[in-house]
Amino acid sequence: MRLDPGSITWLRGTNGSGKTSLMRILAGLSLPAEGDITWAGLPWARAGADARQSVVYIGHANALKDDLTLVEAVAFGASLSGLDDPMGRAGTALDAMGLRSRRDAAVRTLSQGQRRRGALARLRLDEAPRTWILDEPFDALDAASVDSLSRLIEAHAQRGGAVLLTSHQPVSLAGSCEFDLEPFRATP
Amino acid sequence: MSHVLLSVTRRDLLLARRRQVEALLPLGFFVVAAGLFPIGVGPEAHLLRQMAPGVVWVCALLAAMLSVTQMFASDHQDGSLEQMLLSPQPLVGIVLGKVFAHWLSSGLPLVLASPLLGVLFDMHRESIAWLALSLLMGTPILSLLGAVGAALTLGLRSGAALVFLLVLPLTIPALIFGTGAVLAVDGGQSPQAHLSLLGALLIVTGLGAPWATAAALRISMD
Repeated sequence: MRLDPGSITWLRGTNGSGKTSLMRILAGLSLPAEGDITWAGLPWARAGADARQSVVYIGHANALKDDLTLVEAVAFGASLSGLDDPMGRAGTALDAMGLRSRRDAAVRTLSQGQRRRGALARLRLDEAPRTWILDEPFDALDAASVDSLSRLIEAHAQRGGAVLLTSHQPVSLAGSCEFDLEPFRATP
Repeated sequence: MSHVLLSVTRRDLLLARRRQVEALLPLGFFVVAAGLFPIGVGPEAHLLRQMAPGVVWVCALLAAMLSVTQMFASDHQDGSLEQMLLSPQPLVGIVLGKVFAHWLSSGLPLVLASPLLGVLFDMHRESIAWLALSLLMGTPILSLLGAVGAALTLGLRSGAALVFLLVLPLTIPALIFGTGAVLAVDGGQSPQAHLSLLGALLIVTGLGAPWATAAALRISMD
């Protein structure tokens, strides 16, 4: 599998085929049982902070603390990424995700869809052409939000970023290709 | 590294302020548990004075362990820990931030409450001061060691109990030197040797535990 700049890859496979495991491995959260991962020609383990900075991973969990306000929670993500002015960036990102009116609400008071959009606001913290690894990003989103996220992903690819995503619902993303995990599924 | 350390500390302190009941639980346990001893043992002042350093220190150990089991648990559950591990910032800095916030919200209140317990145990004024100083040096050790245990047992079903079993034996030197300092003062000796050893222990733990915690977190999340 290659994730080239400007590519959008839809990772497909039935439940339990290893989509999330592969994504966690590619993000650097887990080690592969076999095989190698390289980043810009370097083994992932030796690629260091530059490689980690080039990846944005959004998993099943939203990584938002219930007791923080939405803007505080997203700003913390920005500061973890080493971005300057985290509160300003978080506010702008939430505005772009249509969450301006909820930015000062406690995360615990938000609906599932709003929380998901809050988590996805991390994609709007800057415009660097990073590699986005998105595990079921469309979960809990309404139709308008699905469409908005699809456009955001396409725009990111056009800027030279790479996107790898999973989705149980059919997605229409311009220029996307599919990678099916079924042929690689280990037999029990 | 200082940037991420401050950022993590600030966030965890903010969370502690908004979860006050949870944050005050170790302090409540500390005061209640230590306060039960004079009631159970009786009003014999000499006996209370003799046992006070040990009782207060053991209660501080247990109180610190109560809260330390949760140091990474909620971050693990809500996905924040994944983001911390993926951050380009040094993981050691993130760990130090979490340990520092834990100490400020759980350890420091124990230090501040210890004079009250000293009065309850009829300790001399000078002994109370040395007890507070020994806890000031010892409670960061408990947070640092607790972080290693919490990281190692992350996601395990009986993780909290395991933290107690793993970490409490490691805290024995801090307990010995901490209580030893106060007992030395009570016996008319200088507490300097005990406090020097406690200080050395703090330095060694401070240098080693954050790295061990960072490695344990990576292993636990794999």
